[in-house]
Amino acid sequence: MTTLKELPTEEYLLPGHAACSGCGATIAIRLAQKALGPRTVFVVPACCTSVLQSAFPFTAFDTPCLNIAFEAAAAAASGVVAAFEARGLKDVTVLAWAGDGGTVDIGLQALSGAAERGTNFIYVCYDNEAYGNTGFQRSGSSPFGSRTTTTPTGKREHKKDVPMIMATHGIPYVATACVSYPTDFVDKLRKAKAMTGTRYLQVLTPCPPGWRFSTEKTVELGRLAVQTGIWPLYEIVHGKFEFSPPSATLVDKAKRKPIEEYLKHQGRFDSITPEDIDELKRWIDESWEKYKRLQQEL
Amino acid sequence: MTQVIVETGNRVAGLACKAARAQVIAAYPITPQTTVVEQIADLVETGQMDAKYIRVESEHSAMAACIGAAVGGARAFTATSAHGLALMHEMLHWASAARLPIVMANVNRAMGPPWNIWADFSDSLSQRDTGWIQFYCADNQEIFDTIIQAYKLCEDKRVFMPAMICFEGFILSHTSMPVRIPDQDEIDDFLPPYNPPWLLDVDNPITHGPIVYPEWYMEFRYFMYEALENARQLISEIDKDYGRRFGTEYGGHIEKYLCEDADLIIFSMGTIGSEAKLAVNRLRSQGHKVGAARVRVFRPFPKDEIQNLTKNAHMVTVIDRQVSYGMEGPLHTEVKASLCSGKDSPLTAGFIAGIGGRDVTAHDIEAMVNKSIQYLKAGRVEKEVNWIGLRE
Amino acid sequence: MVAPMAKPPKNKDDLPLTPLSKPRIASTGKTGSWRTFRPAVNREKCTKCRICWIFCSEGCIELDQDNSPKINYDYCKGCGICAHECPLKIIVMEREAET
Repeated sequence: MTTLKELPTEEYLLPGHAACSGCGATIAIRLAQKALGPRTVFVVPACCTSVLQSAFPFTAFDTPCLNIAFEAAAAAASGVVAAFEARGLKDVTVLAWAGDGGTVDIGLQALSGAAERGTNFIYVCYDNEAYGNTGFQRSGSSPFGSRTTTTPTGKREHKKDVPMIMATHGIPYVATACVSYPTDFVDKLRKAKAMTGTRYLQVLTPCPPGWRFSTEKTVELGRLAVQTGIWPLYEIVHGKFEFSPPSATLVDKAKRKPIEEYLKHQGRFDSITPEDIDELKRWIDESWEKYKRLQQEL
Repeated sequence: MTQVIVETGNRVAGLACKAARAQVIAAYPITPQTTVVEQIADLVETGQMDAKYIRVESEHSAMAACIGAAVGGARAFTATSAHGLALMHEMLHWASAARLPIVMANVNRAMGPPWNIWADFSDSLSQRDTGWIQFYCADNQEIFDTIIQAYKLCEDKRVFMPAMICFEGFILSHTSMPVRIPDQDEIDDFLPPYNPPWLLDVDNPITHGPIVYPEWYMEFRYFMYEALENARQLISEIDKDYGRRFGTEYGGHIEKYLCEDADLIIFSMGTIGSEAKLAVNRLRSQGHKVGAARVRVFRPFPKDEIQNLTKNAHMVTVIDRQVSYGMEGPLHTEVKASLCSGKDSPLTAGFIAGIGGRDVTAHDIEAMVNKSIQYLKAGRVEKEVNWIGLRE
Repeated sequence: MVAPMAKPPKNKDDLPLTPLSKPRIASTGKTGSWRTFRPAVNREKCTKCRICWIFCSEGCIELDQDNSPKINYDYCKGCGICAHECPLKIIVMEREAET
């Protein structure tokens, strides 16, 4: 388990970029670059990252970055991987870096195709639970009851479980992470880097303007998401499910903080009804039962 | 070692992809292109071709993967038809604006609904504004030759734009013809290894495709425009060079047949152009001074050649295998546009034929010419857009 | 590693053939102008745990040899994450002076 003191201090996301104050995604980018090193090529579809990198002629990215159309991250990355293989280039990591929109919704086909082909790359979905770039419209990853600009009275559907969808593809590595647990995220990326095949990570990146909270709470909210159980941290390594330490103790429902502790800070939940909160609780409990069954299955 | 083989247009396209030493192919099957990718899969899996074949899950992903491959430093190739081409439309724009020398075989097929797997140009002509260079072939030898020529053209630093090589479904794709395959060493001499316009390189990190505000976007689009203008001259030079080395050439942008003294010139594309030559022979034997101009390159459109070619003609008959609804056949529009700035331009009459794979014979073309002659005699083109062969 | 300063183009001859951006600090400018509050670190009480550095959304906290955090106020947007996460609460958000 890496410690903060062991993390490299070089920054490959140069400050003075265009991200919102308190952005969770930039924390994730910095962590990914520290975990994977500078010999990493980013493939970035339309998402917050395509904007926060700044407008031409300067970029905040000090690692190569291919911007591509919204739905095409995994497909473009497949091409880059094939080219590097054709050229015999071995020590460069191809990293598809996409928001939840470009992964869970419009990007799912390409991701599924790439995974089914066993494409040798790492795909990270950084999840702010909506289409952040365009002003926070709902995505398949938006939680039940959350307000977005296209679900102004609260989303009626639950969050799509893409990590499980990816696990069903039989890929060697699936993990969930959160920027509030930086060394956990770094370790997972490093573990992924040491493997081959399609490796999928989904990292929760709280979003102050979207979730409507005061900018200093980004990390606190990510922590609460894990502590309330609404975002469990786990890995599925060659099909074997394992909770990560911050979530392992929460298998006991009594140890999970009440969801209200998480919801109360966020404007996107400020009009959620008690019935909807109950539904959200039911879903959380049901999800944990599912994970517990997976854990026991081996 | 030059070989002569007898093969279908599709398999020839696959062999050209191999001869051009494409390194990454990302393609999705669709009738009537399927045997192109089957040929490539076979060549790669039997070790005859040293390339990576990505069996992508859609055509949109095929073009996205080709883009990734090209910027990853590999020569990329793909193939498609009709709905597949339409599905990759977004990424066609992306490839050309990213200035990537990707080459694609498009086996022309009619758009649906209804489902129609036979040939017309509705698929590729719908993409004429995407910045892709467009070639239209009339036989299988030309398919092979043009794919090789296209890589040389696209990878020239004055161009760096992608190209599609179009050929009609079933008429060429599934018809066997003799094709001369030149010696690989000689092809390698003509076409050196991939010259990438730019690369994803960890030793020189750059970001491609960020936001560009209106203050600079237009200049980048101007560069693309300039690139296709540069391509004009190069297309002719490359065709001539190829002809010198390998014995086959096509007249650059336009394959001309008996146009020098023609009073009336028939413009068409693809295999209708071959059929037009038969019609010309028959009409000439009847005393008409007719010529045929097969437009081989639709983008960049050979407007100057067309003006030159028709300066002594009184009538131009344009045959389109597609109609732009709300207007007329695209070839007709573009030929007229090429003529409108000339003095004493010939009259033009447009004919829509062969839609959805309906056959276009020399007999049909003779009828179109006779109709055009009627218009000429009357001094005006009473009906600019004439649909041929409708079941009245 | 801070990339060498790239220069902005003046006319189309300075442009690459397709939009390629070069890495540069301050790619969007001196974003420090965005903030309303600025973080002030009490250096004497700092135990150099690195928490403020790792959670900085801007990536504008540098670490000295001894892990002391040095905030680059040219870029700090004043989000307050560092102050909020500091385990000893020795970073204070002070309102920027009126200009």
